[in-house]
Amino acid sequence: MPDAIVAEGLVKRYGDVVALDGMDLAVPEGTVFGLLGPNGAGKTTTVRILTTLLKPDAGHARVAGFDVVRDVRPLRAHIGASGQYAAVDDHLTGAENLEMVGRLYHLGTGRAKQRARELLERFDLTEAADRPVQGYSGGMRRRLDLAGALVADPPVLFLDEPTTGLDPRARASLWDVISELVAEGTTVLLTTQYMDEADRLADRIAVVDHGHVIALGTADQLKDQVGGDRIELSLTSAADLATATRTLAPLAVGSVQTDTAAFRMTIPVTGGAAALTSALGRLAAERIDVRDAGLRRPTLDDVFLTLTGHETDGKIKETVR
Amino acid sequence: MNALQIAVADGMTIAKRNALKIRRAPDLLGGVVMLPIVFVLLFGYIFGSMIDIPGMTYGEYMLPGIFVMTIVTSAQITGYTLTLDLQKGVFDRFRTLPMSSSAVLTGQTVSDVIMNLTSLVTMAVVGLVVGWRIHTSPFEAALGFLLLLFFSYAFSWVTATVALALRTPEIFNNVATIVSLPLVFLSNAFADSTRLPGPLKVVAEWNPVSTLIQAARELFGNTSPAMPAPGAWPLQHAVPVSLLWTLLLLAVFAPLATRLYKRSVSR
Ligand SMILES: Nc1ncnc2c1ncn2[C@@H]1O[C@H](COP(=O)(O)OP(=O)(O)OP(=O)(O)O)[C@@H](O)[C@H]1O
Ligand SMILES: [Mg+2]
Repeated sequence: MPDAIVAEGLVKRYGDVVALDGMDLAVPEGTVFGLLGPNGAGKTTTVRILTTLLKPDAGHARVAGFDVVRDVRPLRAHIGASGQYAAVDDHLTGAENLEMVGRLYHLGTGRAKQRARELLERFDLTEAADRPVQGYSGGMRRRLDLAGALVADPPVLFLDEPTTGLDPRARASLWDVISELVAEGTTVLLTTQYMDEADRLADRIAVVDHGHVIALGTADQLKDQVGGDRIELSLTSAADLATATRTLAPLAVGSVQTDTAAFRMTIPVTGGAAALTSALGRLAAERIDVRDAGLRRPTLDDVFLTLTGHETDGKIKETVR
Repeated sequence: MNALQIAVADGMTIAKRNALKIRRAPDLLGGVVMLPIVFVLLFGYIFGSMIDIPGMTYGEYMLPGIFVMTIVTSAQITGYTLTLDLQKGVFDRFRTLPMSSSAVLTGQTVSDVIMNLTSLVTMAVVGLVVGWRIHTSPFEAALGFLLLLFFSYAFSWVTATVALALRTPEIFNNVATIVSLPLVFLSNAFADSTRLPGPLKVVAEWNPVSTLIQAARELFGNTSPAMPAPGAWPLQHAVPVSLLWTLLLLAVFAPLATRLYKRSVSR
């Protein structure tokens, strides 16, 4: 399959700050590619270069076969983009916003109007269609902005943190929309800080840090990179947590993570269920109260943490659960 | 569609959007209609009635100055909305669309002309009500309004350039105020520029705002023997020099603003 997006050695500097430091990407047609990385990793800068908003200081990139620097106009006719912050016009209604975008894609007035209605429907904004955007909630703006990216049914779609600020229902429905588009052949590059989003949507994920890709693969491949199973325990006191950390140390095959505020710990192990049984046995012997215990595969959170050494944004994650 | 047709169509789309925005936003509408009315009544009528000029009211003499002052100050609205669009990423969206790259600014400046036309008509009507009169032929008067509109169009490009260079709404507003106040007050709008002290007199006489005001006074017949045009060359040839100023501003600032727009990115 040909690649819809290719980037080689992209470099972008802002004064002394190196935002991109040799960014390489290849996204096959009809797939979803996730850019995962902590704040300041260079995700938005990458998207801006690929959508012709910024020129790279070095390296080159092609989208839908067009060079991001030389073929700006035809490239723009083949992409849809939604930035990290919703760029909608407060004084126009939702419908007017989308019609304007349709006209600027040169769909013609009639088609632009029709397309606006279709998209408002698809994004659950029909009721608010004729109200000025000023009165929209953050999530409604976000959805309108995303709808704007889809107006021309572009073959390649760039979505910078598309679900930030959406409630769980809106997020799930956006995921459905993206899945449908991909089933119809659209290529999607999305950036996200949500592991579950990358896990659910992306065929391939690039973990980005300090302006370049530090790991690349499917979600499963990335999880395999960081090793086997994990035992998660939830205890009832800090004293118990300290005792448990000592007691269970022999079982661990890597570093044990503890959360002293929530009395929780995560122990990387081999041997799956047997290891869990053995751990619970040892805790019982020490008369430690276990509130909750479980065995799980590594998540992308673990991948992220292991690879970048940064915490993911726990606050945001909680709203998903 | 060829490139020119696309540019025109896109420019119209943007102009329509801006016109909608002005209609919906009370603060913008206030700047376009209310403020000019206040200017005319305050400066032209109230202040104007305090001073006597043989043969005409001082208000009549002042009104062309108020026209120009309004054009200069309302350009600030334009620049401010541009910086807001830039900051909120609206330009980022436009710049990912396959639209003509000149359309955002041509659309903006064209809608500014419509805005200025609205202000001018409002001021002229209010002016007529409070005693302003046109003493020339309809042709000359029409020429006067056209010249004002043409200058306002060119001035929009100046504002656009400054806005895109400064990028932040707050900074833009401060700079615009600092620049536009002396531009208006160091002119012949309210004071008789011949009576200003040395260097200020030279500034006032060569200020393009003075030239335009003088041109408008001539074309509307609001000159008075009691307030003779000063001897400075630009004021003696006010109409052609105003036209030259307008063309010069356009030639310099239209390409400059377009370049800045093409490179503009939010944040
Ligand atoms: N216009 C700019 N001027 C100066 N530095 C910038 C500019 N834009 C980005 N940077 C810097 O470049 C780096 C990469 O920024 P970028 O916005 O691409 O990160 P990101 O991965 O999108 O982060 P986030 O998750 O916070 O959105 C950061 O260090 C940022 O401070
Ligand atoms: Mg970002």
